Amino acid sequence: MRRTAGVAAASAAVLLAAGCGGGGPSGSGDSKLTDDKIVLGVLNDQSGVYADASGKNSVKAVEMAIADFKAKYGDKAVTTNISVESADHQNKPDIANTKAAELYDRKGVDAILDVPTSSAALKVADVAKAKKKLYFNITGATTDLTGKACNKYTFHYAYDTYMLAHGTGTAATQEGAKNWYIVYPDYAFGQDMEKKFSAAVEGAGGKVVAKDATPFPNDNFSTFLLKAPTLNPKPDTLGTMQAGGDLVNLVKQYNEFKLRDKGVGLAVGLMFLTDIHSLTPAALAGTTYTDAWYWNFDKQNREWADRFLKETGTRPTFAHAANYSAATQYLEAAQSAGTDDADTVVKELEGKEINDVFLRNGKIRAEDHRVLHDAYLAQVKPQAEVTEDWDYVKVVKTIPAAEAFASPSAECKM
Amino acid sequence: MTGFLQHTFDGLVNGAFYALLALGLAVIFGMLRVVNFAHGAFYMLGAMGAYVLLAEFGVPFWWALVIMPVVLGVLGMALERAFVHRLARLDPLYNFLLTFGLVLILQDLVKSRYGVQSIPYATPESLGGSVDLGIFDFPTYRVFVLGFAVAICVAVWWALTHSRVGMVVRAATERPELTRAFGINVGRWVTPVFGFGIALAGLAGVLAAPMRAVNPLMGADLIIVVFAVVVIGGLGSIFGSVAAGFGIGLIQAWGVVYLADWPILSQTLVFIVMAAVLLWRPAGLFGREEAPA
Repeated sequence: MRRTAGVAAASAAVLLAAGCGGGGPSGSGDSKLTDDKIVLGVLNDQSGVYADASGKNSVKAVEMAIADFKAKYGDKAVTTNISVESADHQNKPDIANTKAAELYDRKGVDAILDVPTSSAALKVADVAKAKKKLYFNITGATTDLTGKACNKYTFHYAYDTYMLAHGTGTAATQEGAKNWYIVYPDYAFGQDMEKKFSAAVEGAGGKVVAKDATPFPNDNFSTFLLKAPTLNPKPDTLGTMQAGGDLVNLVKQYNEFKLRDKGVGLAVGLMFLTDIHSLTPAALAGTTYTDAWYWNFDKQNREWADRFLKETGTRPTFAHAANYSAATQYLEAAQSAGTDDADTVVKELEGKEINDVFLRNGKIRAEDHRVLHDAYLAQVKPQAEVTEDWDYVKVVKTIPAAEAFASPSAECKM
Repeated sequence: MTGFLQHTFDGLVNGAFYALLALGLAVIFGMLRVVNFAHGAFYMLGAMGAYVLLAEFGVPFWWALVIMPVVLGVLGMALERAFVHRLARLDPLYNFLLTFGLVLILQDLVKSRYGVQSIPYATPESLGGSVDLGIFDFPTYRVFVLGFAVAICVAVWWALTHSRVGMVVRAATERPELTRAFGINVGRWVTPVFGFGIALAGLAGVLAAPMRAVNPLMGADLIIVVFAVVVIGGLGSIFGSVAAGFGIGLIQAWGVVYLADWPILSQTLVFIVMAAVLLWRPAGLFGREEAPA
């Protein structure tokens, strides 16, 4: 009886080994890949407010990463069978939830990338945890991803509300913005940004004279703009936490009411290059904000941006570069691990120090999976200084990786 | 005091958009008994159209202000003939669904061509600065918007009260069955009135382009408040929709300033007012209860 069991176990082991190694004729026989392939999944907004800032062009960026990886390793690559799947989550948490499960289970995705909109981003973190599959969040802003929602399989890659608020709030206050009037959209992102922004301003010695929650979405900000110069003491800077179409509305009306001429400058919480493009640099000249990456910052960025321009016809936002980087770093980790087994790849990534086109002085913090890297305080150029399409900002200060992000949260229990 | 007057004036400017949109909805509902869910989409098309005219054909704002309402009015009439008309005899729900479907189609068509990112549209140069209104300065363009919208509302009012067409429309709006009983051919006015309502939405869209974010979703966000305005004014009441439009603009502006400590309250004020009005006068402030059919 015992003997039979032993034989059965042995034959099962042989069968299993044969099954795993049964790749194509080129298979080395000891491949550790599920289905002998790697699939990356881009889950993002392909038709709504973030479609231009990330969207389909992020899928292109990931395809570029795959092509570069294959070119770099050739025959020595862990596999040459690498593909991309993508899905539109329409910024809705419930759709993100189902799509993420579908990508992992039915499309064989090894790692999900991108996922804008914090509520959707958090849902996908839960799915990644349950399915034990990797997830690199690029465009979600909430610090909860590395706080109470943190988990072993989730990495927060590009930016977060702390980076945005501290970058802009601290730097702008140090540069002379003493009295602030803050307006923020009344939903999770806006409320979170307002708290962190106010803390940063006050931490740097500034004062928040008043703060107002605005409806979301909102097309009329005139009441808030009329109120700004009448506050006592009069604010010298209007800090707006609006994003997307709301930001466009606010800036248009800010210019209409000529607040800059009335001595009220503008600082923006979250802005993508595509927002500046749609508002025109003239409408935003002099505005400061924190950027996770800028395409024309140095030669390395520019070369990559030139390739991206050829692929897509447009210049990359930081989201595109970060998707490229995350895909590359995942593939590199799978290459050195020799497997796409999630736990092994996570071990490979944790604590890794990285310099690539997106990550400068990059490090994947093992405690909470926050990816640390340099951030940039950017200022929109005056129209006269814009000499090239899409080259709208100058980087006024590099915020070192160590200062750009908060220290690990006590709420994070891996 | 200056602050109060400034906010009041600002509220009226914002109310002007509600009034123009609600006026169009009211005449359409009055004449056709159709709740035109696509009204916001035509507002969006007005603004997008102004952008396309400027960016691709170099047509300035002033011409867009004439061209877009005409183009959209004609489009509206074609839609009425081709679709709305066919469903008129059925449950009103059918036309509600039809116009809702139109919203999705129009929005996605614009999205597929121009993307979702907001598009820049500059204030016309002649209206760029600000004017001194005695006690405070105000952006010239906003003063123009208010003046222009009031002029349009007055002109529509005059046409409705002083022309024969207007009288027919008014009669058909308030008592459609009775008007028919007098032997007046209400049917021939249905298509032009639908087109006219759409043209007003397009006009509001062109007016919005220089001061608001122009994108495929701009109408979807606004139309919810406009529906509340129409309900408050009284469905189908032409005067009520205009009065409620300006009134809601004022209430919103005051709410934001004087209820600043209670953002939840100031943001839902329109709907609180709507609920209160419905409880007090179910047909709206200026609406008349219809006899059960």
